[in-house]
Order: sequence, then C-alpha cells, then structure tokens
Amino acid sequence: MPRSLVPPAFFVERVTTRCIKCGVCVRQCGFSVHAQAEPYGEVVSTEENCVGCQRCVVFCPTRALRIMENVHSVRQHPNWTAGVIHDIQKQAETGGIILGSMGCDKDYPIYFDRLALNASQVTNPAIDPLREPMEVRTYLGSKAPRVEVKRSGVTFRLQKPMPIGIKLETPIMFAAMSFGSISKNVCEALAKAATELGTLFNTGEGGYHADLRKYAANSIVQVASGRFGVDKEYLEVARVIEIKMGQGAKPGIGGHLPGEKMTWEVARTRMIPKGTDAISPAPHHDIYSIEDLKQLIDTLKEVTDYKKPISVKVAAVHNVAAIASGIARAGADIITIDGMKGGTGAAPKVVRNEIGIPIEVAIAAVDQRLREEGIRDEVSLVASGGIRCSADVLKAICLGADAVYIGTAALVALGCHLCGKCYTGKCSWGIATQDEYLSRRVNPELGVKRLVNLVNAWTLEIKEVIGAMGINAIESLRGNRLHLRGIGLNEVELKVLGVKPAGESM
Amino acid sequence: MLEGWVRIPSGCAIAGIINQNGQAFSGEMIARAMTVMHDRSNGLGGGFAGYGIYPEMKEAYAFHVLAQDKTGISQVDELFKENFTVILKEPLPTRRTAGVAGTPFLMRYFLQPQKENADADQLVAATTLQINKHIGGTFVLSGAKNMGVFKGVGYPEDIAAFFRLDEYKGYLWTGHGRFPTNTPGWWGGAHPFSLLDVTLVHNGEISSYGANRRYLESQGYHMTLQTDSEAIAYACDFLHRRHQLPWEIIAKVFAPPHWWEIDRMPAEERELAVALRRTYGSLLMNGPFSIIVGFAGGMMALNDRLKLRSLVAAQNEEWVFVASEEAAIRAVCPEPESVWYPKGGEAVIQLVKENVECHAA
Amino acid sequence: MKRVYCNEKYCVNCHLCEIYCLAAHSPAPDLIKAFSPSDGIRPVARIQVEESRPRSMAVSCRHCLHPLCADSCISGALTKDPNTGIVLSDPEKCVACWSCLSVCSIGAIRKGFVAGRPVSVKCDLCQGREIPACVEACPNQALTYEDRGEN
Repeated sequence: MPRSLVPPAFFVERVTTRCIKCGVCVRQCGFSVHAQAEPYGEVVSTEENCVGCQRCVVFCPTRALRIMENVHSVRQHPNWTAGVIHDIQKQAETGGIILGSMGCDKDYPIYFDRLALNASQVTNPAIDPLREPMEVRTYLGSKAPRVEVKRSGVTFRLQKPMPIGIKLETPIMFAAMSFGSISKNVCEALAKAATELGTLFNTGEGGYHADLRKYAANSIVQVASGRFGVDKEYLEVARVIEIKMGQGAKPGIGGHLPGEKMTWEVARTRMIPKGTDAISPAPHHDIYSIEDLKQLIDTLKEVTDYKKPISVKVAAVHNVAAIASGIARAGADIITIDGMKGGTGAAPKVVRNEIGIPIEVAIAAVDQRLREEGIRDEVSLVASGGIRCSADVLKAICLGADAVYIGTAALVALGCHLCGKCYTGKCSWGIATQDEYLSRRVNPELGVKRLVNLVNAWTLEIKEVIGAMGINAIESLRGNRLHLRGIGLNEVELKVLGVKPAGESM
Repeated sequence: MLEGWVRIPSGCAIAGIINQNGQAFSGEMIARAMTVMHDRSNGLGGGFAGYGIYPEMKEAYAFHVLAQDKTGISQVDELFKENFTVILKEPLPTRRTAGVAGTPFLMRYFLQPQKENADADQLVAATTLQINKHIGGTFVLSGAKNMGVFKGVGYPEDIAAFFRLDEYKGYLWTGHGRFPTNTPGWWGGAHPFSLLDVTLVHNGEISSYGANRRYLESQGYHMTLQTDSEAIAYACDFLHRRHQLPWEIIAKVFAPPHWWEIDRMPAEERELAVALRRTYGSLLMNGPFSIIVGFAGGMMALNDRLKLRSLVAAQNEEWVFVASEEAAIRAVCPEPESVWYPKGGEAVIQLVKENVECHAA
Repeated sequence: MKRVYCNEKYCVNCHLCEIYCLAAHSPAPDLIKAFSPSDGIRPVARIQVEESRPRSMAVSCRHCLHPLCADSCISGALTKDPNTGIVLSDPEKCVACWSCLSVCSIGAIRKGFVAGRPVSVKCDLCQGREIPACVEACPNQALTYEDRGEN
C-alpha cells in the first residue's frame, strides 16, 4: 500500500528522564501505539495509530507521557481546515464513507451555554436545601386529563385509576446503548446503577442479556428497526418499551454492528447468527407512516396487556414539533427527543455532523407545540443528546422536558475520553468493545459507584439550584422558561427557545 | 408602563371575615381589620371582595367594570348587548377621598343572560376574559351573582372609604393591601382578582409562576396582568369550576404534601395524593404565599407548604377570621375564643352553614 | 486473616501493582528513583502479574496456613508470625539457598537483593501501611485486601 498522506493526528511525547520503561502504556493501548521489544526495554511509539484517548497518559505511573494534538498538520487555512483536508486524503485513499463515533464534533452553538438560570432575591426567599426537602421525583407516562374524587366522610377517594406512571427518583436516566456497541460490563454497571438510583436504564437495540434481567424493574427495552432480541418475554420484563425511530447522532439512517464484534454472547442476545453483521435498516420496514407507528404502539400495548408505557424515540430534525405531535396522537406515553449532539457507536461522519438540530431548540419547539395543541399532558418528554452537567438538566427541564437521558456523560463517568473510535472495537477504556482483553477494564462494581456518584452529585446540584430559585419541587420548573434568560442570542433564537433576553425582567 | 406589560412582584396584607350563619355585616369591619396592617402596604394597591352584598339583585350577574376612558365603557356596553339584558347600569358609588387619585371610570351593571343558557357561568366567564383581553385599559373587577370587588390604587383604608364600603353589608368579606416593588399605576392590578364568584387575595410571590402560567395558557386562560395572583385565580377557576374539584383537594394541588409524607400514607390516600401531584404538578404553587380564596358560600385560606408567609386564623362564636397578622383580627374581635396558626399547606376552609339563606348562586 | 486477593475477571494486565510494590519496597519511595537506584540493583516486585491473554492475574504470597517455604527454610529466615499469620522472610538470616523458591507452589517468592546481598523476597503485606501498595495502586479494584474468614 502506498504511504498514507494523512499525518498523525497526535504526537506521543515521552519524557525519557521520567520513563521507567515499565511498559504500562504498551499493555494498555488498544491501538498498538506503544511497543517494547523486551520487559523494561526501550519504549517506542507508532504515532499514526494514536487516537488521543489518553489511557496511557492516565495510567503512566511516572507522568512521563503527553499526547499532543497535531495542530500544525496542515498549513493554517480558514476554509481548508485540517479536518477537511484529512478527510479528503482518507477518502482518496480508501474510497469509503468516513466513520465517526460519539457525538457531533462540529462547532455549532451550544444553547445551554447561552441560557442563564434565575435565583430569588428579597421578594421571595431562596429555599435552603439543607433545611427543607427538595423534591426531584418525577413520573413518566401519560397523565389523566383530570382527577375525579369522591367524598367519603371527611376524606376523599380517587374515582378512576390513573394511567401507569413510572416513578423516577431523579429526572436523569441512562440513554440507550446496546450490548454489542458497549461491553456487557458497561451494560451491567448502567443497569445496577439505575436500580440503586431509582431511575431507568435503556437496553438499546441489542436485546437484553439474560444475566442482566434481574435489573428489569428499572429497564427500558428498545424495539428498533432490526428488532434484535425482541420476544414476548423481552417486552414483558421491561418497565417501559421504547420504539426507536431515530437517533440524534444519525437521523435517518440505521445501524451496523460489524460481524467482528458479533461474539456468540452478543449474537445470542440479539438472536442472530454469530459472526454476522447486525444491520438495523434506516426505517422500520413496517412503519412507513404515522398510522403504521400507531399500529406498532397498539400492538406492543396489546401484547403487554396495557401495563407498559410506550416511549417513541426520534431524532431532533427540523420538523420535530409536528412529528412529536403526531407521535403523541398515535398514543405514545413518552416521547424521547434525541438532539444532534447525541452519541453513537458508529455513524457516517457526514450524518453525525450535519443532520439534525440541537436538543435545546427541539425540546422548546416540541413542548410549545404540544401545549398549543393542548396535548402536552398526554405524553412525557425526555430530552436526550448533549446533556453534560446538572445545569443542562435544569435548563432542559425549564425548556419543557420531564426528564433527560445521559449517554455520553455516563460513559465519561466510566472512563471514556471521547476519542470517537468506538466503531473500531478497540476501545482502550474497555467500554465500546467486545474484546475480552479490553472489556475487563470496566469493573462493574467500580462502575456502579462512579455512575451513582455522578447522578447523585448532579441531583444535589439540581436541588441546590432550584432552592436558589425558591422552588422545592421539580415540577415547578418544568416548562418554566421564566427562570431562563438568553445571553448573546438573537431575537429569532430567543423566540424559538421561548425565553427573554438577560436584562429583561419578569 | 402599565401593569400587564411587565410582571411586578409584591408583598402584601390579607384578611378575611366570614359569618357562618350567613348574617350580613358591614364592609367597615374588614376595612378596620386592614387598617391595622397599614405598614404591610405601600399605598399602591388596596381592595376588597364582599359576598351577599346585592340581595335585591341576587338573580342577576353584577359586573364591576373599570375603564381608562369612555370608549372602553361603550365597547363593554356593546359586548354586553350581544348576550345579556342590562337590567341596570350605573356608576359605581364612590366618594372623594384624600389618598385616592387618578380614578378611572367605574361602572356597575346588573345583567341577565338573554338566552335560556344552560351554562350561563361559562358565558359570564368568557365575557369577563374577553373584556380583559381585548378592550384596552378596561378591566372587569368582578362579574358574578350577589358579590362584588372594590379595588384601586391607594391604601386599603382609603380604598374602603372611596368605595363607601360602610354602605354595603355581606356575610363574607376579604381584603388586601399591596406592597408592589414597582409602580403599577393601574387599578386593575390591585387585588382581589376574580373570575365569576371566585376571588383571590394573595400575599407572596410564586416562583413557579412560569410553569403555572404556561399550563393555564395551554388550558385556554390568557394572562392579562402577568401577576402570579392572576395565575392563582385562574387556577382556582380551572380546578373548581372546570374540573369540579372540592376546595380541600384544590389546597392539596396548590400546596401538596411532600413525597416523603406521601410515601408514608395509607394506600388509598397515597394513591390520590400521587394522582394529584402527577396530574396537576404544574399547578403546584411553589414559593411563598398566603392566599384567601372567597367564593359564594365560603372561603379558603392557605399557606405555601413551607409556610413562608404569615397567616393567622381565629374563631369566635359564628365568626371565623383569617389575616396576615393577629393584630388585624383583634382589631375587630379583641377576644376570640381561639386563635391558631395554620401549618404550611393546611387549608382553613370555612363555609356558611348549609341551611342558611345567603348563598349567592 | 486479611490477605490480598486478585479478581481475575477485572485484572487489566497493567502491572501497576508490581510497579508500586517495587517502589514501596525500595529505599527510595519515589517511583523514578526506585527504578534507577544508585547501586544499579533494582528492587524486585513481590507481586507478579501472570498473563495468558486475554486473561491476566496478579499473584502474590497467600501466607499459607502451613507454609512449605518456612518448612523448607534451612536458616530460619522464613517464619509465619503466629499472631498475624503473615509469612515473613528475614534478609539478615537468608542464605540464598532458594529452597523456598522451589517449594512455593505458586511462585510467590523471588530472588532479590537487600543491601547488595542476594536474598529471597516475598510479599510482606506492606508492613506499616494500612493498605498494601499493590491494592492501593490497582486502577480497577481487581486487587482487594480483605479478610475472607480463611486462616
């Protein structure tokens, strides 16, 4: 093969005076960057293999390593950036689609960072979370149009039972990530953490591993276009069933898990032959219209005896408000909107980076549309794709979400450094891989602790902030856009988000 | 800048007096209670609601209307003509009072719906909302049977004198003195707020206003004043009239028990509490408030669930009093049989006894 | 007694246990200095990662109930402390006959040097530390230091 014209994306800088030649970097790199001819021998690097995941840097006991981004790989040019030029070279060499993983890495505005939260001063008091209960419990599922009560003596009784509601102790759930795209250890950590936290995790479209069904009471199972792993029991054990229509990272296209990742365990869970590619078609081939979606919703409800709320997950695209309205009217109980910054195990880079709209505007548009149509209470809204911190959760709820999914943030808690090479299956952090040498790197017990810590920390921060706002129950924040102010947003953006500019009072 | 264009947070004084036997008493009594709490207002708003004050006209809908100019009044006249027979139209009686200035046009109408309308209340409510929304500078102080709202810019005692409250008698009165943190400059912004027979006086600021407002808007209410008090008033209408919920339950919507309390309830009670929080979570009034809701035949006083605003209740013979301060109660009833401080979220609901001839509608 | 255990399922073959063990038992506790000692003799790690990819496992002395190493010691250097149960090697007494190496069934004893003299070295559970250095350094909690109720 002729020499590649793509320069290394990273340089490995080894401080030789610090390097003790222990070989930790050699053994930890999933991409064979570091090599050593013999124990305690000289360590050399193949820099073009480096993906910048920082595993070696974090593990190097003497801090002898730096991974430096190759920022001068091309002559600086405002249009012809390094990314553009390298993509051209790669495509000229391979003739293929460029793949990417994790979320969109293009420099779109992050609206979360241009929204400021409010606090109480003088006219109403801030509430002290150390003294008062701060309530973040959230219910998912459609609500009754009204409550009817019957008086019996001095007390009252509920006349009609409520639709099924799913109780979350915190409005943060773990997003859909399939077994196959991530390792079983990661799946287990997510499932167990969700159980400990009183929230839900999502199996993704890769079926539900038999060993993890003990966590089913906190599971959302996906029915996606490939229908992997779907049988009656799969649907019956779940708490919520989610129809995956789209994914924020790759709206409009399906999925492809290459045969190399299809170990017997992944294959058995997906109910397909070992070593075959798992292809999720772009559309569900039985859903070509909203009526078809309604049929699937009805079928799933029928088969589970109307005991499971049905969620429909769609990617945030330009017409998402109307789409969501249709989904609500098709009988879904939960709508998940996945923004363009959502992660993926693998997607064509062009799709990941160029298709869809940010979650902030999508959730604002959907919430507003459903309210205008008077059907907001018929569904719960879940925001997903690009939630990075507790402030993002708060802002998503202010914009209209009932709860959020975190995917990337959860993986980061488990070690992910966003190198974006999930599709290679070589994840040095042992997350997005089925390689037994690598996947053991996530100890589920340790993972559970880290995930529980993360969500608890965010929840504490949420309580602190809503207390500052003078609010002690999260439902008072839902759709409460008066607690947001835009900074550096133009008039149209403010209008779409439904918020006032900073400086304008109530 | 008119109120309604901007949202103005405010502090306040509130009071309510009811005679359980339905016997009418002078509006002077509530004015006296409010006078004691002078310092809780700043002269930028005072108002009163009286129930049972129009016994001779009790089958007609009494409308108190204010307008910044005469065009407003004639537009209101036109609107009324479409659906109602005007039995009587007259200026609302007032007297010149020091401390009350910038008086708008104040009119009183007694109306009868033209058609044998199955839901006359709905028509009256719609007409009220239409005037408030569409006729500029014009505002319905109240529109319901056998009750009326009197309010304006000034201290409550001056407003009482201005509207000659001493000349009215009712079985239930509520009062309000306002401390807005900005200049409202408009009479419509004072309390009580009303829709049909339900009136609201409110002290506090609701931090959940944005959530409450957007929920009510999706239920067809249009906020003309952008105040949290207006939102509470509409929430009362929504839950009581449209969803037919009793006041005990409405109190649990505005100030629900905490989840930890709900988790410890017996199953049946818990089921109801969860249903209310799930269904009406957007109407939870979060933040400090004390309110008195007046309605035909009774009143409900309620605090936010953390009791971040003062509220005192007292009872003496057939009288029940609620107020921001005990002093206000003792000003009109020096030695009540009992005085208590209702807990946060614990409603004081007092109805007129059932067999008493005073119910307005 | 409390022992160091390795959960083979989560051993990631990084060998950090060896590196930190070595440093903990070197005269210079600094990692870099431990690896380049002034006398040129690098201390030996008392824990060793055995690997057969994809699996790996850190192996160290089990502090057996009936230690064959102590039985075989010709100079009385290896003893089991009756109170703590820890099997220790006294470098002052060791004559480097390597009997212990040949009898240890898991190869937990290694040839090392103390003060320039060849002696047998083995895990001492990091006397003076609350948690052995290897356990503390394990990034994946594959190594644990616990009492499983075994003598």
